[in-house]
Amino acid sequence: MYENESFSARVKAFFSRWGRLLLKSKTGLLGFIIVMAFLIIAVFAPQLAGHDPAALNPGNMTTSPFWMEGGSMEFPLGTDNLGRCILCRIMYGTRVSMLIGVCSVIVAGIIGTLFGLVAGYYGGICDSIIMRITDAFHAIPRTLLAMVLISAVSGGIPTLVFVIGFTGWIQYARLIRSEVLSLKNREFVKAAVTIGTPNSTIIRRHIIPNVMSSFIVVSTLAVASSIIAETSLSFLGLGIQAPQVSWGGMLSDGRNYLATHWWIATFPGIAITLAVLGIMFLGNWIRDVLDPHNQGLQ
Amino acid sequence: MVKYLVRRILQIIPVLIIISMIVFLLVNVTGDPTSTMLPPTASDEERDLLREALGLNEPLTTQYRIFITNALKGDFGTSYRYRLPAAELAIQRIPASVQLAGVSLLFSILIAIPLGILSAQFRNSPFDLIISGISALGRAMPGFWVAIMLILLLAVQHPIFPVSGRGTIMNLILPALTLSFGTASTIIPLIRSNMLEIMHQDYIRTARSKGLREGMVICKHAFKNALVPVVTIVALQIPGLIGGALITETVFAWPGLGQLLVQSITNRDMCVVQVCIFLIALITLVANLIADIVYCLIDPRIKY
Repeated sequence: MYENESFSARVKAFFSRWGRLLLKSKTGLLGFIIVMAFLIIAVFAPQLAGHDPAALNPGNMTTSPFWMEGGSMEFPLGTDNLGRCILCRIMYGTRVSMLIGVCSVIVAGIIGTLFGLVAGYYGGICDSIIMRITDAFHAIPRTLLAMVLISAVSGGIPTLVFVIGFTGWIQYARLIRSEVLSLKNREFVKAAVTIGTPNSTIIRRHIIPNVMSSFIVVSTLAVASSIIAETSLSFLGLGIQAPQVSWGGMLSDGRNYLATHWWIATFPGIAITLAVLGIMFLGNWIRDVLDPHNQGLQ
Repeated sequence: MVKYLVRRILQIIPVLIIISMIVFLLVNVTGDPTSTMLPPTASDEERDLLREALGLNEPLTTQYRIFITNALKGDFGTSYRYRLPAAELAIQRIPASVQLAGVSLLFSILIAIPLGILSAQFRNSPFDLIISGISALGRAMPGFWVAIMLILLLAVQHPIFPVSGRGTIMNLILPALTLSFGTASTIIPLIRSNMLEIMHQDYIRTARSKGLREGMVICKHAFKNALVPVVTIVALQIPGLIGGALITETVFAWPGLGQLLVQSITNRDMCVVQVCIFLIALITLVANLIADIVYCLIDPRIKY
């Protein structure tokens, strides 16, 4: 009973501290609200959307948004060339983008952290080889690498997650390596080495907890770049395939109707921009809060 | 300096070897090239014959050796689609790509440097907030959407510029604006923070206290020093410009390396893909090298 209480008190203290910090930062709060809104839309898309995102509706093709002539609140952002509700499609697209954004960052984080830990901790020839590999990957644009990989295997969410994750690990490897290099020379790590602690324990108990804050900052911002990568691939027709909905695919459909129905390509782009902006604001805020040089903020 | 340069150039060699391995593996691990070269009705024997003729039945190490020997001679194979040497095809596209990347880089510098300096000068003013807001938007907007919105506004609703192709200066403006919007948005906050840091230095206070006009202080004393990190930042944008150009070139039908690459990937014309990736990687490595050299040339404090 006592333990339960102390746990709930700890959780409460944690949330009230972070809540206070969040209220202090305008952009951080804005980012948090945008990201939460997109997460809620992603989770509850079937309940929130009034129409089936894939249902063709020949009677309502290219309906204008509600504030324009011919528009109605039934399709607040209008319909596309096949009569599908754009707002509903954006909602379902949120699911795909958020899912791929978060999962691919996990994949990238695992690969990159492993490489970074090995390179930084063991040094020597391992370090040189891994760093030259990151240099090589750095010289090839990420979208390009992802395109070549994805063109060979069939699309689908799991493949996209892996491909986008696999092309995004370099920043983790470089960051974790540099953090580990500086941690290795700190007293507590040296002390652990002196008393004969096995390397695996040192990495688990002393290194990993100390690189966590940088890891979280990079991961948050990486979700944004993963979403851009996914929408770019889907825009080129290499990512999510119909009947699944993606923001990039919607934009690519709308491109052909720019002259007559501007809204088809405009709203999915606004959704991407808002989501990325929200994640960037939130990520920058987390960076400021976790940065030990900014203790004054807390 | 010479020693550093030699070491820095030597460092490129292992990276190039790894890139060649990545390029080789990308193509060989990601599917059987004969499936795109033969009609689906081809029999297994025909397929095997082609595999034998292309040397695909050899062990990977042997295939890689042959690939790298040919590549060193500039022979990356023949494009299935255009029936031309892949290297020749790619090299033909370089001028268009360099033109677009160069003009975009020029645009971004011309936009970013004055805006960055003014933002720093009028810190926390409405002007600064607007510029910060726009540059945050610029970093969040995906390039292909910027391209589509520019087409919508400046080519469809107000037909000022042509939608696609290459020919006149007018064709160049929209794709260059698309690319430079993202790049400038990345550079502006960096210039702003550099300027702010430098404005607090002792030599700025000295310059002011000896009665120099503020414009003179900013241009001669602050900006020159703020320029040093900007060189690196700008050089780091070059791979992004080339990578971003993949999609921008496709949207605007700009006949550069990016468009060729996207087409070749879709057609699985892998010889062309290999050359293009190799060229882009090489351009990136050289750009980084030049940035490092310029960096130590313009900053006398850096000694290697």
